[in-house]
Amino acid sequence: MVPPVAPLPFFTRLWFAWAVFFKVLFDGLFAAKLYTPQLEAPKQEETPKLAEKPAEIVVEKVVERVIEKVIEKPAAGPPPTDAALQLLALFQREGRFVDFLEEDIASFADADIGAAARVVHTGCRKALREHVKLEPVRAEEEGVKLTLPEVDPNEVKLTGNVQGKGPHTGVLRHRGWKAVNITLPTAVPGHDARVVAQAEVEL
Amino acid sequence: MSNPRWVVGIDLGTTHCALAYAPIPTDDTARMPAPEMLTIPQLVAQGTIEARDLLPSFFYVAHESDGPQALPWDPNRSYVVGEHARARGVDAPARVIASAKSWLCHPSVDRRSAILPPGAPEDVERISPVEASWRYLEHLIEAWDHVVAKGDPELALTKQSVVLTVPASFDASARELTTEAAYAAGLEDLTLLEEPQAAFYAWLAGRGDEWRKDVTAGDVVLVVDVGGGTSDFSVIAAVDKGGELVLERVAVGDHILLGGDNMDMLLAHIVEQKMIAEAEEAGRTLELDRWQRISLQHAARGAKEKLLSGLDDGKAKSAQIAIAGKGSKLVGGTLRTEVTREEVQQAIVDGFFPVVDSAARPTTRARAALTQLGLPFAQDPAVTKHLAALLARHADALASSGKKASKLLRPTRILFNGGVMKSPLLRERVSSCIDAWLGEENAEGARVLEGADLDLAVARGAAAYGLARLGRGIRIRGGTARAYYVGIEGAVPAVPGMEPPVTALCVAPFGMEEGTSADVAGGELGVVVGERVNFRFFGSSVRRKDPVGAAIERWKKEEIEELPPIEVDLPAEGRTRGDVVPVTLRSSITEVGTLLLEAVPLEPKKKDERWKVELSVRGHD
Repeated sequence: MVPPVAPLPFFTRLWFAWAVFFKVLFDGLFAAKLYTPQLEAPKQEETPKLAEKPAEIVVEKVVERVIEKVIEKPAAGPPPTDAALQLLALFQREGRFVDFLEEDIASFADADIGAAARVVHTGCRKALREHVKLEPVRAEEEGVKLTLPEVDPNEVKLTGNVQGKGPHTGVLRHRGWKAVNITLPTAVPGHDARVVAQAEVEL
Repeated sequence: MSNPRWVVGIDLGTTHCALAYAPIPTDDTARMPAPEMLTIPQLVAQGTIEARDLLPSFFYVAHESDGPQALPWDPNRSYVVGEHARARGVDAPARVIASAKSWLCHPSVDRRSAILPPGAPEDVERISPVEASWRYLEHLIEAWDHVVAKGDPELALTKQSVVLTVPASFDASARELTTEAAYAAGLEDLTLLEEPQAAFYAWLAGRGDEWRKDVTAGDVVLVVDVGGGTSDFSVIAAVDKGGELVLERVAVGDHILLGGDNMDMLLAHIVEQKMIAEAEEAGRTLELDRWQRISLQHAARGAKEKLLSGLDDGKAKSAQIAIAGKGSKLVGGTLRTEVTREEVQQAIVDGFFPVVDSAARPTTRARAALTQLGLPFAQDPAVTKHLAALLARHADALASSGKKASKLLRPTRILFNGGVMKSPLLRERVSSCIDAWLGEENAEGARVLEGADLDLAVARGAAAYGLARLGRGIRIRGGTARAYYVGIEGAVPAVPGMEPPVTALCVAPFGMEEGTSADVAGGELGVVVGERVNFRFFGSSVRRKDPVGAAIERWKKEEIEELPPIEVDLPAEGRTRGDVVPVTLRSSITEVGTLLLEAVPLEPKKKDERWKVELSVRGHD
């Protein structure tokens, strides 16, 4: 086990949160490893303490694993951000997503932005639909009143006058989105995923 | 012969390939398995592999600056097949081969010589149309071995029972060249199937036993297949033979190089002209670069599909189009326009599917907007006129089975296939045209057979046919869709400026079945030993009654068309070079489905001596 933990500096944490976010989102195996100890840890140690303790353990584990990874595989193997870069490359290729976000649009008229938005929308939507199968978290129409017997914190966020015990009754403001399936391209070994779009030189 | 475990249907299309497969049932009583699609791993961008249902039929010769074009099964490939190759067709068109299949049936070029891509730079090693088809098949074979066989040699695609589809309008030499590509790729157990028939098999398989409710004795099914690059028509009749329902393919259309790509190109052209006119009105000049033009074509296709989908009940008056510039500046560099419903109606519906009467025929006026270097694109874009011509030409196709001859072959059912026919508006237009023609003859309208996936039906149907061949379902009979003739020049004194009269000697009759052969009586040909001898070669899709050996001296121009010449090369073995050896011809339709012509010497030097006659070695003009 790791000796008593010193708090990480803010920017390290920021980088770390960012990296882990994509790693968890796109690397099923990594996510599973992370997830399993979280569930098992309290049982193993048989500490009936509440919430805080397992959370600490999770953080420890994460640190441990990420460090392990970095040490084990220096330079070899794809860096952990590959999947995110692939998705970015996909949106750029099909819908010029990065071009759009990186451009300063302040000086342009709405009509010009609208025309560009069509390009981005058509292409990115095609890419999204081909690669990620999304479903609304709640099947009900937005605006309807519903009662939740229990709230899964992963799936539902309560807003407004949040108090008391369930069942909670409220109005569905956003149906939410859930990725039920994601198929990303396979990268060819030697392909540099950091290049989201190649430079083009016309001869 | 190996022991195949799968039947595999391959649609080797002009613009896309697809592969469907089904396990060969080991138990005769088991239900017929439904064919599945193989998702084909392919490069979709530099260094990026995805598996998709369709493999675009494009071949890109990589430049040294591209680096190796790695595939999971080959890290050092120097060429690309599939989506990335298609995309490179926009960026680097001189290095990309498209429409190889159309070149494969081009009568005026040598299809075994390295001519593709046409106009390629010097560092590009050109390949032949046959090799391009071979490369597409090779990719499918490797993808199968990677995904399904996973290295098990027993399961390799080359060991499976493969049905490869060809257009119904492919002549004997184009079929021969297709099998040549397939054998080069390593396929062993091969059968050819006509694409419209494959579409019909897919429909049959989709309906199960229910199809007998939709098609009964006396029905005539017209298959209208309009794909990305070609239009292909066939007529299949359901005939009662001794109490049993028999399906028979009775007519096929001409080879028409006309498809969805031409339609998108034309619509894009119209929109471009409009944008230029608008810019001039506003006092600007506008010139689209090549990249923008291609983007426009893609966008025009999207707009066409939206406006022709019929989903919005025709409410949308127009579809917005935005074309991005090439640089990283998106906003400001994007051109905007719209495609109106009238423009689509005019360009696509009325342009390609005009309402015509049954007497309409395709014209042979050249259309600049539709042609591309080298390929003999259809001169008349009106699909409906081509259809009218087909039905009129084959008016008496069913006369022998007791039907009264009329001006028109009368379909009672229509089956649509191909991406273009996904549009309900276009389907509606074609069927209303046909109904009007039937109305002219006081016949009932034709009913549309529903329920097939128009993009994947050909591959699925090919696999279903593979099962049918094993006794797992009804088969369509038909044999060859043409009669074939050898031209024999009459021995008359040469007159300057006048061609000597030619007699067409029938060597293979219309409807000759697979696995049969015939000796051509009465035609003795002299072949010079050690020299290549050419014969003129002809085909007819309408002369149904000429038996083998029939000598036709006079025919109408549109009845018999000249094909690339055939050639026999007699080895000097056991004979003196320069001698003239008298031979007769023997024709066979192989089990694969190709025409085999052989020269048999009248005085053989050894048992079973014969020489293969090459179909279409070189082009003619």
